[in-house]
Amino acid sequence: MVKNIIDVRNLSKSFDISSKEPGLKGTIKHFFQRQTKSIEVIKNISFEIKEGEIVGFLGANGAGKTTILKMLCGLIYPSKGSILVGGHMPFRRKENFLKKITLIMGQKQQLIWDLPPIESLYLNASIYEIDKFETKKRIQKLSEMLEIDDELFIPVRKLSLGQRMKSELLAALIHEPNILFLDEPTLGLDVNAQRNLRKFLRKYNEETNATICLTSHYMKDITSLCKRVICVHDGSISYDGKLDQLLKKLSPVKHILVVCRSEKDATKLENSGFTIKNKTNNEITIIVENNSTTSSLKKILNNFDIEDLYINEPPIDEIIGRILIKKNYDI
Amino acid sequence: MSLKKHIKVYKKFLHTSLASELEYKTNILIDLITAILSLLGSIFLLSIFFQNNGSIGDWEFGEALIIQGIYTILNGITNTWFNPNLSEIVKHIREGTLDFVLLKPIDSQFYISLKKITPSGILEIILGFCLLIYCIKINQINLNLSFLTLFLITIACSICILYSLWFFISTTTIWFVKTWNATEVLRSFLYIGRFPLNSFSFSLRIFFSVFIPIAFITTIPSEVFLGFSQLWKILLEVIVAMVFLFSSRKFWLFALKFYSSASS
Repeated sequence: MVKNIIDVRNLSKSFDISSKEPGLKGTIKHFFQRQTKSIEVIKNISFEIKEGEIVGFLGANGAGKTTILKMLCGLIYPSKGSILVGGHMPFRRKENFLKKITLIMGQKQQLIWDLPPIESLYLNASIYEIDKFETKKRIQKLSEMLEIDDELFIPVRKLSLGQRMKSELLAALIHEPNILFLDEPTLGLDVNAQRNLRKFLRKYNEETNATICLTSHYMKDITSLCKRVICVHDGSISYDGKLDQLLKKLSPVKHILVVCRSEKDATKLENSGFTIKNKTNNEITIIVENNSTTSSLKKILNNFDIEDLYINEPPIDEIIGRILIKKNYDI
Repeated sequence: MSLKKHIKVYKKFLHTSLASELEYKTNILIDLITAILSLLGSIFLLSIFFQNNGSIGDWEFGEALIIQGIYTILNGITNTWFNPNLSEIVKHIREGTLDFVLLKPIDSQFYISLKKITPSGILEIILGFCLLIYCIKINQINLNLSFLTLFLITIACSICILYSLWFFISTTTIWFVKTWNATEVLRSFLYIGRFPLNSFSFSLRIFFSVFIPIAFITTIPSEVFLGFSQLWKILLEVIVAMVFLFSSRKFWLFALKFYSSASS
């Protein structure tokens, strides 16, 4: 049986946040008498993550995903509840715990700006007490996986965002952590760089059985990496389970694009009782229920003179968009 | 906390920091020229003060130069280590990159206090020592082991007090986010350390001894240098340095509990 590596029980976090009225009067009032109120950003959440799992945290901006991630890696003290990560209480930040984890943030960097990444790698290696020979071996292995080589010897400020992110990953993984916290790692990267990063993370997970907790606004990151998702809505968990089950539940239909031989056939199909999404000349898109896809296809093939057809799922972004604004999912 | 590991990491800090600085040669050159001009300017200012009066607060010009020498050494240390590192704390907290420091298996205070170095400050330290050697000559001071030991102890204490004050102010960034002005105020107070404590009125002397111990920082090592310091003053400086160092450590650990990290 695979053991739990992360165990979160009844976790809550409140922050004191100051608010300011608009205008000069508001600014002066804010300067002399700051109004602060306590806001509960995480509300009594519980979940477990098994060793080797890749879990995606989904939620709108400000839903609390990053706060959860930061509590899991020990940067923020929880207000209530308990967290165990790899058998440690994260906020104590014990050396043994810190050597097991890593945090990668897409919008922040730890590499030394004026120097080539290789210098930051050796600095990190000395902090994690990795000897020179072993460091060299690990750099070689990781740079092969990440497909970087010469870039490690060029000052960080001259690297592209994609090359910089790869170097950041290398710096964050030099100590071979087995729990990875990734906060929007593909932010700002082009499609190819995003794909390469995902490929690397999948490979790293397969080879090392590392547990990965990921937040991302790029749905492709979530769908191609995570079997399980935890949806966070306004500080609470609205769904925790398999991604494909959620998608099935939220997307009970398929779109069939039918290319008819003539416009006459298309008009005939339009009037045959199917739910029509749109029609242009001899192309027509119909919407069918998931459980009636086969029978609908049979009907189309037998009764209409068609040239080609395509079956499509509704765009994933559209479905996920619906998840982000809903409070609860019972599946 | 293993000493061997920290020495090894510090060597890496030195290496990466020097390599970063050497990327910008002109900047280093300008900093070096500034250090020389700053010292010459200070000595000129001091000589104007002593032009009409032979002494200020019982201190002759040659003796006051010792304070200037010690001030120059401490200012060099500030520019070499405190300024580049502790001003970075403000940046770390505002931008949320303190997260990376806190997640490293190394003491966070060690990391943020010593990661960077500005090599041009080292010239100031050298110039300060040169000035002190000149002072030994003009004040006809006898060098012996006890003199050197006491002098080094008081200088070390001064460095500890200065570091603690600087670190204390930088730590408050965790609550106030932007406290850069406060470190500038401290810097301005340090300028006062170029003059003998006796040259100020009684109330100012109390202020600079009790509230902001600038007096301890330069005057006591200078008195030791001249051989007329009393033992109780040296002991007091050692105690003040230890209390400051200990408090700054405790304050940092306390402040970290309130660190909320910047939003993404």
